[in-house]
Amino acid sequence: MIRVDGQGSGKSLIQVRGLTKTYRRGGEEIQVLQRLNLDVDKGDFVGFMGPSGSGKTTLLNLLGGLDVPSQGSITVDGDEITHMSGSKLTQWRARHVGFIFQMYNLIPVLTAFQNVELPLLLTKLSKAERRKHVETALNVVGLTNRMNHYPRQLSGGQEQRVTIARAIVSDPTFLLCDEPTGDLDRKSADEIMALIEELVANHGKTVLMVTHDAVVAARAHTTLHLDKGVLVEASKLEQGVVAGGVA
Amino acid sequence: MKFRSLIFANLFRKKVRLTLTIGSFAIALVLFTFLAVVNSAFSRGIDIAGADRLVIVNRIGLIQTMPISYDDQVRAIPGVKFVTHDHWFGGVYQEEKNFFPQFVIDVENHRKVYPEFIVPDDQWNTFVKDQQGAIAGATTAKRFGWKVGDRIPIKNSLYGPTKTWEFNLDGIYHTAKADGDQGQFWLQWKNFDENVPAVVKSTAGWYILKLDSPDDAVRVAKTIDAKFANSSYETKTETESAFAAGFAKQFGNIEFLILTIGSVVFFTLLLVTGNTMAISVRERTGELAVLKAIGVTDGTILFLVLAESTVIALFGGLLGLLLAWVAIPVISAAVTGLLPPLLLSKTMLSLGLVFAVFVGVVSGLLPGISAMRMRVVNALRRV
Ligand SMILES: Nc1ncnc2c1ncn2[C@@H]1O[C@H](COP(=O)(O)OP(=O)(O)O)[C@@H](O)[C@H]1O
Ligand SMILES: [Mg+2]
Repeated sequence: MIRVDGQGSGKSLIQVRGLTKTYRRGGEEIQVLQRLNLDVDKGDFVGFMGPSGSGKTTLLNLLGGLDVPSQGSITVDGDEITHMSGSKLTQWRARHVGFIFQMYNLIPVLTAFQNVELPLLLTKLSKAERRKHVETALNVVGLTNRMNHYPRQLSGGQEQRVTIARAIVSDPTFLLCDEPTGDLDRKSADEIMALIEELVANHGKTVLMVTHDAVVAARAHTTLHLDKGVLVEASKLEQGVVAGGVA
Repeated sequence: MKFRSLIFANLFRKKVRLTLTIGSFAIALVLFTFLAVVNSAFSRGIDIAGADRLVIVNRIGLIQTMPISYDDQVRAIPGVKFVTHDHWFGGVYQEEKNFFPQFVIDVENHRKVYPEFIVPDDQWNTFVKDQQGAIAGATTAKRFGWKVGDRIPIKNSLYGPTKTWEFNLDGIYHTAKADGDQGQFWLQWKNFDENVPAVVKSTAGWYILKLDSPDDAVRVAKTIDAKFANSSYETKTETESAFAAGFAKQFGNIEFLILTIGSVVFFTLLLVTGNTMAISVRERTGELAVLKAIGVTDGTILFLVLAESTVIALFGGLLGLLLAWVAIPVISAAVTGLLPPLLLSKTMLSLGLVFAVFVGVVSGLLPGISAMRMRVVNALRRV
C-alpha cells in the first residue's frame, strides 16, 4: 500500500514524515518540499510526476541519501537515514540503494561487465563471486553477449540496461530511477519500462521512479504527483481533492 | 587493489595528454638530475682522506695569495713528497670569448706533481731556459692554430695597468688519458714575478703537494693548516676537486643558480601536472558523482585521483632517470676540465624518484580534495 497521508501502519519499507527541503538562493528561500509524507511497501512500484522544477529530483535525492532534508525524517527498513553521518550514509547507499539516472551513468572507459561490477568492488565478495553476480545481472537485462563492450559501442537503450544491471547487481533494498527513459526513443523506453516492470513482478524489487512522461508513469502501480511541495495521488488530483499534510 | 582496472582505464583515457604529461615529467627529471649531479660535483671532495694530492689555498679565499716562502716550509713536513705552486694569470687572448685558463707555474716542480701532463723533453728544456716561454695544451693550441715557435700576445689587466705580455710557444702538452684537461696555458713564475707590481711579488696563488702516501692526507692537511694558523696568511688545505669546485664558484654563485633553476623546474612541473589533473578531474565530474552515489567513499575518490597522478609521475620519473643515466656520462665527458666529474649516484636516482612521486602526489592533491568535497547532487545537476 502506498500512502501519502502520513497515516501508515509503521510497518512499511519506506516511511517519510514531514519531509521539508528549503533551498537558499540569494536572499530568498525556496521551499521545494513542504512537510511531505510517504509510505511505500516492499514490492511497490511508485511513479512520481510533476512539472519541471516541482522537486522530483530533490525528493529522489533525499530518499537515496544523496542529500539531507531541512526537516523531517526518512526511515528505510527501520533505519532512520536522516540522522546518519556522511560516511555512514555512503555505506548505507552502497548497501540499500540502486540508482538509475537519466545520463552520466556509465564510466566510458570501463566495459559493461566492469561497470556492473563497480558496486561489488565495495563488498567483500571474491572475484569469482563477483563474476557470477555480474553475469546474473547482465542476464536479467539480456546483455550477456555485450559484456565486453564499452558504453560507446552500445545503443542508448542498451546503456540504460547496463545501468539497471549495475543497480540490481548488489541486490539493494530499493531502486531509484530519475527519468530513466528521458533520453530514449519510444521503443527503447518501452523496453526499459518492460524490464523495470519485470524486476518488480518477477524479482520482487521495490522501485521509485521519477518521470514527466504520462505513458511511462502509467506503468507504475501508483502514480503520485508533486504539487506545491507535497505528494498527491493521481486520482484525487483529477478530482481536485488535495490529500496529504498540507496545512 | 580492486579499483586497479578503473585507475588504469582512467590513465589511458586521453593518450596524447598522458604522453605529454609523462614527457614533461621525463624532461623535468633529466633537468633535475643534471642539476643535482652538478651540484654534488661542486660540493664533493670535502673528504680529504685517501687523496694523494692536496691543494693549499689562502683561508680567506682563492684570490688571496700566500708568501712564496711557504714552499720550503711545506716541503719540510714529513709525508710531503713534492710541492709546486701556481698562480692565476687571467689574461685575454685577442677577445674575451677566447677564454682558456692560464697558469703561472713553477718549472722546477710542476712535472713532478703533475706527471699526467706530458711534454716532450726537448720542448720542456727549451721552455725552462726561455723566461718568456709558454706551453699550451693540445686542445687550446689546436683551437687557435698555434704551432711551436709562435709568439702569443696575451693582454692582462689583473696585475697593474693593462699591458700585453708576449710569449714564445715552446711546447705543447698532452694528457695520458684522452679525456684529460688539455686546455691550459702555462707561463713561468720567474717571468711573472719580475713583471708584476711589488705587492704581488714573491707570492703563490696556491700550492699543490704530492704525498708519499694517501694515508697521510688527513694528518698532513692538519699539520699544514695548524702551522700557518694565526699568521697573516692562514691556509686551508683541501682536495683537488674541492679546489676545482671553489675555483668554478668564483665565476658565479653556482649553488644559488642551481637552486633557482631547480625551483623553477619544480614549480613548472607542479603547475603543469596539477593543471592536467584538475582538467581531467573536472571532465569526469559526472562519473565521479555516479561513483559516489553508488557508495564509493570520499577517501577512495581521493585515492583514485592520487593514484592516477602518482602513476603518471612514476612512469615519467623513471623515464627521465633512464634518460639522465644515459646522458650524464656523455655530458660529463664533454665538459672535462671545466667541471669536476659528474657522477650519477644511486642516492641521486632515488632522490629523483622521490622528487617525481612527491610532485605527483602534490599535483593530485588539490583536484583530489575538490573531487572528494564535490557534492553528488550538485554534480549531477551541473548537466
Ligand atoms: N542546489 C540548489 N540550490 C538552489 N535551488 C535548487 C537547488 N537544487 C534544486 N533547486 C531548485 O529546487 C527546485 C526543484 O528542483 P528539482 O528537484 O530538480 O525539480 P525537478 O526534478 O522536479 O525538475 C527548482 O526550482 C530548482 O531550481
Ligand atoms: Mg529532475
